[in-house]
Amino acid sequence: MSIATQERQPIFEARGLVKRYGHVVALNGTDFDLYPGEILAIIGDNGAGKSTLIKALTGALIPDSGHVYLDGNEVHFKTPQDARSAGIETVYQTLAVAPALDIAANMFLGRERRRAGPLGSILRMMDKKGMKEDAGQSMANLGIATVQNMGQAVETLSGGQRQAVAVARAATFATKFVVLDEPTAALGVKETGQVLNLIQQIKGKGLPVILISHNMPNVFEVSDRIHIARLGGCAGVITPKSHTPTEAVAIMTGATTLQKG
Amino acid sequence: MTSPEMTVERASALSRALGLGRRVITAPTVGPLVALLLAMAFFSVESDRFLQAQNLSLVLQQVMVVGVLAIGQTLVILTAGIDLSCGTVMALGQIVMTKLAVENGVPPLLALLLGIGTCVAFGVLNGGLVTFVGLPAFIVTLGTLNIAFALTHIYSDDMTFSGLPSQLLFFGRTFEIGGADFTYGVVLMLVLYAFFWYVLSQTAWGRHVYAVGDNREAARLTGIKTEWVLLSVYTVAGLTYGIAAMLLVARTELGDPNAGQTTENLDAITAVVLGGTSLFGGRGTVIGTLIGATIVGVFRNGLTLIGVEVIYQYLVTGILVILAVSVDQLTHRRRA
Repeated sequence: MSIATQERQPIFEARGLVKRYGHVVALNGTDFDLYPGEILAIIGDNGAGKSTLIKALTGALIPDSGHVYLDGNEVHFKTPQDARSAGIETVYQTLAVAPALDIAANMFLGRERRRAGPLGSILRMMDKKGMKEDAGQSMANLGIATVQNMGQAVETLSGGQRQAVAVARAATFATKFVVLDEPTAALGVKETGQVLNLIQQIKGKGLPVILISHNMPNVFEVSDRIHIARLGGCAGVITPKSHTPTEAVAIMTGATTLQKG
Repeated sequence: MTSPEMTVERASALSRALGLGRRVITAPTVGPLVALLLAMAFFSVESDRFLQAQNLSLVLQQVMVVGVLAIGQTLVILTAGIDLSCGTVMALGQIVMTKLAVENGVPPLLALLLGIGTCVAFGVLNGGLVTFVGLPAFIVTLGTLNIAFALTHIYSDDMTFSGLPSQLLFFGRTFEIGGADFTYGVVLMLVLYAFFWYVLSQTAWGRHVYAVGDNREAARLTGIKTEWVLLSVYTVAGLTYGIAAMLLVARTELGDPNAGQTTENLDAITAVVLGGTSLFGGRGTVIGTLIGATIVGVFRNGLTLIGVEVIYQYLVTGILVILAVSVDQLTHRRRA
């Protein structure tokens, strides 16, 4: 074991994850590591097991066998809610916002805060003002300056701004790390740039990010390491410095195999 | 000949005007309020009696039952559902109350509770089928509409129950303010509207109701227990139908198996839609519904005053619903 691996303990790791659907093996005993403060990209062809892996890691499905460790302790997530309670926030591919609700309502959806005193405890009144202020603060912290009014309905925002709201929500409430599932798939070039910028802001806050993406230039632009999923396993982990995008695609499609070192 | 620039200019002016109109109509209750004022202006011109205090208090009494039904209907429609069974469930609740009290000698308050409980049970049934079996609300409530209708006639044996104990008539009693009579039922209706305004706009549960109707998947992904929200909405809706049944009994002083079948059922949905609540879910307010219910009441009362036959009132209500739904479709159509 090298000195480097002794010093860097993964914040989140998986060993030997297996998931079968009948005769189809979606995960064939794959391993996974996420280190503190990094942006880890997961790439892979359609059907390579990217989604199954991420679902198995975040409680959206339960693996048939294998172990998952958070901060060195084994965890058994049975629902996405379990992972969320443990401090893991996921932003899903489909723009997961309620369009008719305003930005602050979306930021705090499912986590509404009540007012102090009997108004909150007995009458269960929400602290709308406080939530609006905090939503504005979170957005400002992440450098999202284009949206000023937290009382604006999300449907009046552009696609990129909507995704920014979803990403900001995840970044605000995550304490361990953030998972972004194809966050730029539905966005234009300029808006993609904004979301990539946001991802780096999250890293700047010290939160690790798992980024699932098809888009090779994006992946090479922001990630520290790249986990290549292939045929239900891991074809290797590379970095943007060690390999070129062309090589990454070759490994992803099986044209080349990576020597494990 | 029209130059291309002019066409572009004209088009952008048109889209600006449309955009403005759209914003005005979407602004929650302005549209319904304007419609209400126009309707009242029209009927006060056509009939001298319309604006008299006594007539307006009559309108409120007529609005009372439909108004309370429409609260439950608003909750259901906010979740992108619909409840076709509201009128017949109310009719069944009303028969349970009156038959138990008159024929079986059940204490009046207990009879009231059992009648309301019957409506709540139907709410749970609707909600359970929609939520856990995943059936469309339209089909589920079309089914329970017929079930409640049949049970009403079977249980009542097609009899009308009268000679009700005074406790059942409390909300039909009146008090006077400035020469106009108001019933306690109207007061109860207004209290219920205030309560549901508060719950929908100020509590987390209310916000979850909107979120479930707006984007159920997004609501689920943020950790909201969407099944619980839906089930509770249909159950609370059942409760409001039970309260409406109590008000209907107090107003008519009867248990009538033929009540609530067409007029109240359609009027409740009409009130919600006229009040600006979107059939696509996630948008709307109970205050809008109160205005919508008043519009329906004003039309029924006004058309009667100016001597339009009842059958034409159905015609007008039908046209009103379709107009309101069309406005909803045009203003709330999802942005691409």
